[in-house]
Amino acid sequence: MGFLDILYFMVPVSIAYAAPLIFTALGGVFSERSGVVNIALEGLMVMGAFIGILFNLFFFETFGAWTPWIALIAAMIVSGVFAILHAVASISFRADQVVSGVAINMLGLAIALFLTKMIFDKGQTDFIKKAIPNFDVPFLSDIPVIGPMLFKGIYGSSILAIAVAVITWYVIYKTPFGLRLRAVGEHPMAADTMGVNVNKIRYIAVIISGALAGIGGAIYSQTMTRDFGHATINGQGFMALAAMIFGKWHPIGAMGAAIFFGFAQALAVVGPSIPLIKEIPTGYLHALPYVVTILALAGFIGKATGPKANGKPYIKGSR
Amino acid sequence: MSNRMINLLVPAIAVILGLLVGAIVMLVSGYDPVAGYIALWQGIFGDSYAIGETIRQITPYILAGLAVAFAFRTGLFNIGVEGQLIVGWFAAVYVGAAFDLPKVIHLPLSILAGAAAGALWAFLPGLLKAKMKIHEVIVTIMMNYIALHVVNALIKTWSGGGDKTDRILESASLRSEFLSSLTDYSRLHYGILVALLMVVVMWFILEKTTTGFELKAVGFNEHASEYAGMKIGKNIILSMVISGAFAGLAGAMEGLGTFGNMYTRGGFTGIGFDGIAVALLGANTPLGVIFGAVLFGSLKYGALNMPNAAQIPEEVVQIVIALVIFFVACGYAIRLFLTKISKKKEAK
Repeated sequence: MGFLDILYFMVPVSIAYAAPLIFTALGGVFSERSGVVNIALEGLMVMGAFIGILFNLFFFETFGAWTPWIALIAAMIVSGVFAILHAVASISFRADQVVSGVAINMLGLAIALFLTKMIFDKGQTDFIKKAIPNFDVPFLSDIPVIGPMLFKGIYGSSILAIAVAVITWYVIYKTPFGLRLRAVGEHPMAADTMGVNVNKIRYIAVIISGALAGIGGAIYSQTMTRDFGHATINGQGFMALAAMIFGKWHPIGAMGAAIFFGFAQALAVVGPSIPLIKEIPTGYLHALPYVVTILALAGFIGKATGPKANGKPYIKGSR
Repeated sequence: MSNRMINLLVPAIAVILGLLVGAIVMLVSGYDPVAGYIALWQGIFGDSYAIGETIRQITPYILAGLAVAFAFRTGLFNIGVEGQLIVGWFAAVYVGAAFDLPKVIHLPLSILAGAAAGALWAFLPGLLKAKMKIHEVIVTIMMNYIALHVVNALIKTWSGGGDKTDRILESASLRSEFLSSLTDYSRLHYGILVALLMVVVMWFILEKTTTGFELKAVGFNEHASEYAGMKIGKNIILSMVISGAFAGLAGAMEGLGTFGNMYTRGGFTGIGFDGIAVALLGANTPLGVIFGAVLFGSLKYGALNMPNAAQIPEEVVQIVIALVIFFVACGYAIRLFLTKISKKKEAK
C-alpha cells in the first residue's frame, strides 16, 4: 500500500472520528470560557448517544430518512436539559465543579443503562436501521488527491461540525454575547459592575455545552457503534475535554485538536491494515490515542492557562 | 447547631436524599421502591453468605477511598484510581503466579508489587503536574484508559491469546478458610485486615509525621508552603505516589483475594470512580472513608440481588451513588438550609 493510499484510507476515518469530538469540545469551550469547569462532558455525551439511538429506534417509521438528523435534535435538547443539573450545582450551589462533573458523568451513564435495561431488557440497545449517511460531495470529490481524501464518503455530520466550529468562533469573538461570556469567565466582578448578569450567562453557557455534547454523543453512536451499551462513549468526552485544553480554549484550536485526536483514534482502528503499524499488537494500538493525548499535553502545548475565573463560583460582594 | 454537627449532618442528608430520589426514579419507572429497597437490604444482610460477600466488596472500596482521600487532602484530585487499581491488580497476580516462594515472602511480595505498580502509574501524572503544571485530572483520566488497554494486551500476551491470566499460587493467596467457613463459604478473605491497616497508615502519615504535615500544607496553600521552604514539586509527586499505592493495593486485594487471577476487561471496574464517592462522603478522613466504603460497598453488592428479588435493574443503585456524590457536592445548599432552620429555632 502506497503512502497516498494510506492517506485516502486514514483521513476520512479520522474526520469521522473527529466530528463528535469537535462538537463536544466546542461545548467545553462555551462552558469553560464562562468560568464553569465542565468535566461532565463525558456524561452529557453518554446521554446524547443514548437518546440518539433511542429516538432513532422508536421514530424510524415516522421520520424515515430524516430520523438520524431529528435524533440529533432530540439528543441536543435532552442533554441540554441534563446539563442544567451541573449548572445548578456549580453556579447556584457553589459546588466543587470537578466533583459535580464526576457525579454527572456517573449519573448520565447510570440513567442511560438503567433505561436500556428497562426498555430492552438487556445490556445494550438494538441496532439502528438508519445511521447518519455518508456521501460523495459532487464535483469536489473529483479533484485529484484532495477529492478522495476529504470529500469522498464523508458524513454530513462532519461538515456540520466544522461549520459549527466556525459559528462558535464568530459567536464568542464577534458578538456582544461572546464578549460577555469571555468577560464572565475572566473577571466576573468586573463584568458584574458593568451590568452583566454573571450567573445568567453561565447558565446559558453550560446549557449550550450540554446541547453540543449531546449532539456529539448522538453523532458518535449513530455513525460508529450504531447501538448503545456501557462502552459506547468510553472516554470520548474526556478526549474532547483534552482537545479543548490542547486547543487552548479557542473554538478553532479545539477543532484542530479534535481532528488530531480523531486521527489518533483512526490509527487504532485502521492500524492493523497499515504496514509498520500493524506490527504493534492491537491492544497497544487502542492505548495509542490516550498516550498521544498525554504527549500532546506535555510536549507541544506549552503552558496551558484557561480562563482566569474558571472553576470559581461567583459570589457577589466577595473579592 | 454547631459547625461539627452540620459537618456530620451534610453527608447523612446527602445519602437520604440520594435514596429518596432513587425511590422516586423507581416509582416513575413503574417499579415498587419498597420491594426494591427490601431486596437491596436482603442482598446486603440477608444471610451470613451475603454479609461475607458484602465485607469482601467493602475491602477494595476502603482502599480506593483512601487513595482518593489522600490526594484530596494534599490538594490533588486523583481521578486515576481506576487505572492504578487495574495495573496493581495485574502486577499482584503476575508476581503471585510467576514466582514460587514460601508464603511469608510470597504474599507480602505480591501485595507490594500491586502497591508499587499503582504508585508507578500515579508517579507520571504527579511528575507532569509538578514539572509542567499539567492538570492531574486530565492526565490521570488518560492513564486510566492506557492502563485498561495495556493490561488487556499484557493478559493476551501472557496467556498466549487467551482472555485470562494463570491462577496465583496458594502461597500468594489472601484466601482464608476460616473467614470463608464463618460466612457460609463466601469469598471473604484477609484483605479486609490489610485495608483496615492502611486506614491506620494513612492516619499516621497525615497526622503524625512531618511529611504528612508538609503534604497537607502544600494542599492548603502552595505559596505559603513554598515560602516556608517546602518543595512543592516533591510533595505533589510524593502525594500522588502514596495515593497510587493505596489504589494499587485495592487492585491487589481483588487479584490475590477475591478472584485469584485477572480477566481482560471491556470496561472499567468502577471501584476507582466509586472511591471518589467514598472519599467525599467520608470528608477525606481515614475514619470517614471506612463509613463511606461500608455504605457504597454494601449498596454495590446488595444491588446484585435486586433484579432477582424485585425485577429491578441493579443500575438504579449506581444512580443512587451518583446522586449522593451530587448532593455532597451541593453541600453548600444543604448547609444553608440547616443554618436557616437552626436560626429559626434559636429565634423561638
